[in-house]
Amino acid sequence: MANVIKLRKGLDVNLKGKASLETIQTKVQGQFALIPDDFYGMKPKVVVKEGDIVKVGDALFVDKNHPEVKFVSPVSGTVALVERGERRKVMSVRVDADGKQDCRVFEEKDPLKLLLESGLFGFFRQRPYDVVANPEDKPKAIFVSAFNSMPLAADFEYVLRGQEKEFQAGLSLLAKIAKVHLGVSVKQKAEALMAAKDVTVTVFDGPAPAGNVGVQINHVDPINKGEVIWTLGAEEVILIGRVVLNGKVDLTRTIAVAGSEVKTPKYAQMVVGQPLKEVLSGQIDEQKSLRIINGNPMVGVKTSKDGFLGAHATEITVIPEGDDVYEMLGWIAPRCKEFSTSRSYFSWLRPKSAEYTLDARIKGGERHMIMSGEYDRVFPMDIYAGYLVKAIIAGDIDRQEALGIYEVAPEDFALAEFVDSSKLELQRIVREGLDILRKENS
Amino acid sequence: MNSLRKYFDKIKPNFEEGGKLHAFRSLYDGFETFAFVPNTTAGRCGTHVHDAIDSKRIMSLVVIALVPALLFGMYNVGYQNALAAGQLENATFWGMFFYGFLAVLPKLIVSYVVGLGIEFTVAQWKHEEIQEGFLVSGIIIPMIVPVNTPLWMLAIAVAFSVIFAKEIFGGTGMNIFNVALITRAFLFFSYPSSMTGDDTVWVSQDVICGLGYAVPDTFSAATPLGDIAAGATALSSSFCDQVVGLIPGSIGETSVIAIALGACLLLWTGVASWKTMLSVFVGGGLTGWMYNALGLSPLDACQHIVLGGFCFGAVFMATDPVTSARTEGGKWIYGFLIGFVAVTVRVLNPGYPEGMMLAILLMNLFAPLIDYCFVSHNISKRAQRAIKK
Repeated sequence: MANVIKLRKGLDVNLKGKASLETIQTKVQGQFALIPDDFYGMKPKVVVKEGDIVKVGDALFVDKNHPEVKFVSPVSGTVALVERGERRKVMSVRVDADGKQDCRVFEEKDPLKLLLESGLFGFFRQRPYDVVANPEDKPKAIFVSAFNSMPLAADFEYVLRGQEKEFQAGLSLLAKIAKVHLGVSVKQKAEALMAAKDVTVTVFDGPAPAGNVGVQINHVDPINKGEVIWTLGAEEVILIGRVVLNGKVDLTRTIAVAGSEVKTPKYAQMVVGQPLKEVLSGQIDEQKSLRIINGNPMVGVKTSKDGFLGAHATEITVIPEGDDVYEMLGWIAPRCKEFSTSRSYFSWLRPKSAEYTLDARIKGGERHMIMSGEYDRVFPMDIYAGYLVKAIIAGDIDRQEALGIYEVAPEDFALAEFVDSSKLELQRIVREGLDILRKENS
Repeated sequence: MNSLRKYFDKIKPNFEEGGKLHAFRSLYDGFETFAFVPNTTAGRCGTHVHDAIDSKRIMSLVVIALVPALLFGMYNVGYQNALAAGQLENATFWGMFFYGFLAVLPKLIVSYVVGLGIEFTVAQWKHEEIQEGFLVSGIIIPMIVPVNTPLWMLAIAVAFSVIFAKEIFGGTGMNIFNVALITRAFLFFSYPSSMTGDDTVWVSQDVICGLGYAVPDTFSAATPLGDIAAGATALSSSFCDQVVGLIPGSIGETSVIAIALGACLLLWTGVASWKTMLSVFVGGGLTGWMYNALGLSPLDACQHIVLGGFCFGAVFMATDPVTSARTEGGKWIYGFLIGFVAVTVRVLNPGYPEGMMLAILLMNLFAPLIDYCFVSHNISKRAQRAIKK
């Protein structure tokens, strides 16, 4: 029997618009985009020119510092555009899909080499710093979380159906590189998860953010200074499994299209970089001010209806933007529809199953940290979150290290940012702290 | 609602960069965010949805929690005046209440005008939004001073504490000491005769707008704790009066019942930490019991808690999240020591009949040290883990 870890701290936010368990198919057509910013911490060097013909699995760009880490085309077709922003920063590499999905075949035997060549290594992230992993490191373990506890996130157990073989093949390959820990939820029953081979399964029982891999690391095998852990999304393990079994890269994912503003929220088979309008057209009210998010509302990245599916995204969510809402006297009005963990609102009176439509407003002004213990309520790690944030704001690197910054990623602060009455941008603060630390240590 | 929104939108350009009223931008922001929840939306990355709670709501709740004690304080001012004049039989409830209302209102206004004036100026100068912290301090300050405190003294004390206890540290959230208590400490040490002096400060002696009764200037009524400090061995007021609050004292501190109402709201909404609050009472109760058992104090544990500013301090000021301990374990120690020091000052120092203010200020100073110990423990645990490997 797997080890069960019970977590008490955390918060489940019940948002409206969960995807129903049915999957629609999409056509591989139009212009796809691979976005370097999705692979945080990497400097892209584009290796194709506009007009080049590429197959699925051909590199579009590589990491300038580690050219062996490749980022490959999700579709076959013609390179249409290398989009550049300020100071010639590469914003995206666009490929016009020909619809044939011609694939390059990978026959490397060495696991790491296979991952590097097939472009799947780029999906690994490392702790500390929460950036793209460095292939020269020897990680002490690889952590995979098989569930996402954030609101509206895709249900991995559903995504996994029919792909159990690929998932296991992926895990077995990872096990050849380092010890693999698989974190599963107490609610998950799938055989492929509970009885996964070559890995150590740990069961987590508790509210969000129990599904965050950072939380799982903290409870299973916390990171000390100088150690490196690699993390990988559970769906990306399936991508690896496909290349192991078939020798071909197939970046097709099952994505939840969810949120209160989606007319019929359900799952969709999409390829990384696919235009979002493929699934959103007809599903959203284009007249309304909406926020379309690559990912879930807690940790995702804002995009637009002309955007593309992010590399790590397991869901697309659409919520109201809220910039046209004017609520009067918010400091005293009952505001019964609002969700709050504070009993100064009335959401505690509503049943737990009540669903909320939240918009993207911050709903308050930014202040210094006033209340104490707010973050700790939703931060199930043995870390003083408030003190760590203060150390980052103060730029005190020694103290950040002492307080455990190597163990955290911005996403671990998502719920703290949600409940924060001082409305500090905690994820941005932590991101900046990690970036500075990485620069100092390199 | 729409017309108000339109009005705000119409006058907004005047306050923006280059507008003729740009110097009052923070004032405009203050009123706009007061009237409407700001609808700025989250950034590109980070959490896109947010809890509806914000610091305006939190501060408003504390103000609401203070209202019962304030209203009772007003009534008690009228009651004490009538009692001193020997006219209790003739006085009506509303007559006493309005007398107290008129006596307290100027203090409330002075406190808010001076304090918020400084806050607005500083916000404008620092190009920040107005912070709500003073909404709470501004109502607490008139409640913790004697009714006869002159307004000019109050104005000076408020200005001193807002500037030197808060703004120079960086504003709400950065201050080390509780702003309201610094105001009282400033008055206490600068104008001791007006704060306790010869016990003529606790009962209002004048007729206000035709209400109330004139009492001779030399009339003196000590607080129960003052009596004890002066050597009395028994209290003149009944325990019932002490709990209800019909005794002389600072305006808002006397009624245990009214304070308990506020405490319920603060605890229920989670604005105040129950750990801090409970441990203050435990600390004060145990210490009071100890001194009583040792024969050093004629008051038992219960009376120590009921009398003076103990309840008010425990509920509204020890729990100030900014100046109290921030670690959960630290809150227990912080609160316990406040109770201990408050009763110790009362019993062992005859010069200071009331020790709550000094206890909280002292522990404000030590709160970071308490937290430091807890955080250091976490740090050394992490360091140990690395060594063991």
